[in-house]
Amino acid sequence: MDYAALNFQPILLTLKLALTTVGVLLVVGIPIAWWLAHTGSRIRPIVEAVVALPLVLPPTVLGFYLLILLGPHGWLGQPFSALTGDPLSFSFAGLVIASTLYSLPFVVQPLHTTFEAIGKSPLEAAWTLGASKWDAFWTVATPLALRGYITAIVLGFAHTLGEFGVVLMVGGSIPGKTKVVSIEIYDHVETLEYTQAHILSGGLLIFSFLVLLTVYTLNRRLPVHVS
Amino acid sequence: MQSFQLEIQVINKRLKACRPTFFFLVALILIWNSPSYAGEVQVAVASNFLNPLREIARSFQKETGDRVQIISGSTGKLFAQIVHGAPFEIFLAADQTRPALLLKRGLAVKDSAFTYAQGKIALWSPKQGKVSEDGISTLKAKRFKHLAIANPKTAPYGSAARQTLQKLGLWDSLRQRLVQGENISQTFQFVSSENADLGFVALSQILDPKNKMKGSRWLVPETYYKPINQDAVILKKAKNNSTAKAFWKYMQGGFPTDVINRYGYGPGLPGD
Repeated sequence: MDYAALNFQPILLTLKLALTTVGVLLVVGIPIAWWLAHTGSRIRPIVEAVVALPLVLPPTVLGFYLLILLGPHGWLGQPFSALTGDPLSFSFAGLVIASTLYSLPFVVQPLHTTFEAIGKSPLEAAWTLGASKWDAFWTVATPLALRGYITAIVLGFAHTLGEFGVVLMVGGSIPGKTKVVSIEIYDHVETLEYTQAHILSGGLLIFSFLVLLTVYTLNRRLPVHVS
Repeated sequence: MQSFQLEIQVINKRLKACRPTFFFLVALILIWNSPSYAGEVQVAVASNFLNPLREIARSFQKETGDRVQIISGSTGKLFAQIVHGAPFEIFLAADQTRPALLLKRGLAVKDSAFTYAQGKIALWSPKQGKVSEDGISTLKAKRFKHLAIANPKTAPYGSAARQTLQKLGLWDSLRQRLVQGENISQTFQFVSSENADLGFVALSQILDPKNKMKGSRWLVPETYYKPINQDAVILKKAKNNSTAKAFWKYMQGGFPTDVINRYGYGPGLPGD
């Protein structure tokens, strides 16, 4: 077997992308999920629908809009290149933005469900005992929602690993910057390099299975604290 | 008499209940029975030749009433699909290697290969003055972030771009700025959307009447890369399809040659 031809750079890049994306997704997703779980606002269904859009839209639609958005005249691309001097398209930062949009529902939805299941009462109890809102969130809601957090992190991570169509459209396949494992596999299959395609695909298959297995096992074990 | 009326009422009710199902079935039948043509041929085409092929197919359809179904992609991808049993009948590749391999594997009809076009590459930017007249100075000045090329492994136009950069001794120093399109169409789209500053695209894409942007370009001298002879073959799947043979003959006639030249391709070299 020709192991020399197997390149580990895309694997590292993919892991880096998935981890960064999950980080960004938590920062963006937790407030959205929290707001969705506790608001009585009339625009809630609209926000819910927007968050769920990446589930139903083909990656080509996301990819098409992202190309425009990240491009030199796009809403994101223009300010970014004005600030940093670098274009956003074909960059790692651009891929992180793409993956964040693409995996958003996978993080927001589990969090939303858990926050909703916990409800307001544990928080209200904490407030009456003198905890600040921030305190109550960190010391009461977060431990209670542990299961939701784990599900959100793992699904967001795994879904970003499996990203393909969007990256194919906006990535540009630059080694070390935007050439992720799924694109590498595609290239191998196209050039009939089946050995490498087998190794990478098999690896991804086993890895993804293990990740999901971990979530489902943990989900069984972790007690549900919901009142 | 009364019971008879009752029966009619019941039947009517049932029919009414069936109505949605009925409409659904009619819709299904309409969808599945899309208009039928006398004959049909499935043509797989390298994406650089998609638009000229569309023009050629339209005139063929008008003359014969037969339908040409077009599938486009990179030569490498289409080749892999054919090897795995894709139901294509004619393959218009962007090189000679892939059709020759298909002949060797017995997947193409013997002696059906001919060179239908000779591709040319150009360095192009949609911006005026971005690419200098000789192009080389533009490449050497490196005043760009991203240079788009097609995947050199799968797309012959990408391979020609790589040969050009290697000939100029710029391949290694520009490597970090290269962005790769999956095929020459995507490469063109990267440049025309200005996500990449400039790129090596097919001359035919710049000359395409659908492309309104003129910009600036440098036609790469043909001595810089191996000629991109694009070969067509009839595939084994088409053995009994007379439409496929008719289209293959038509491709070698006067009108297609005009279209091919208008798009900036070199003349086909018969038997090459």
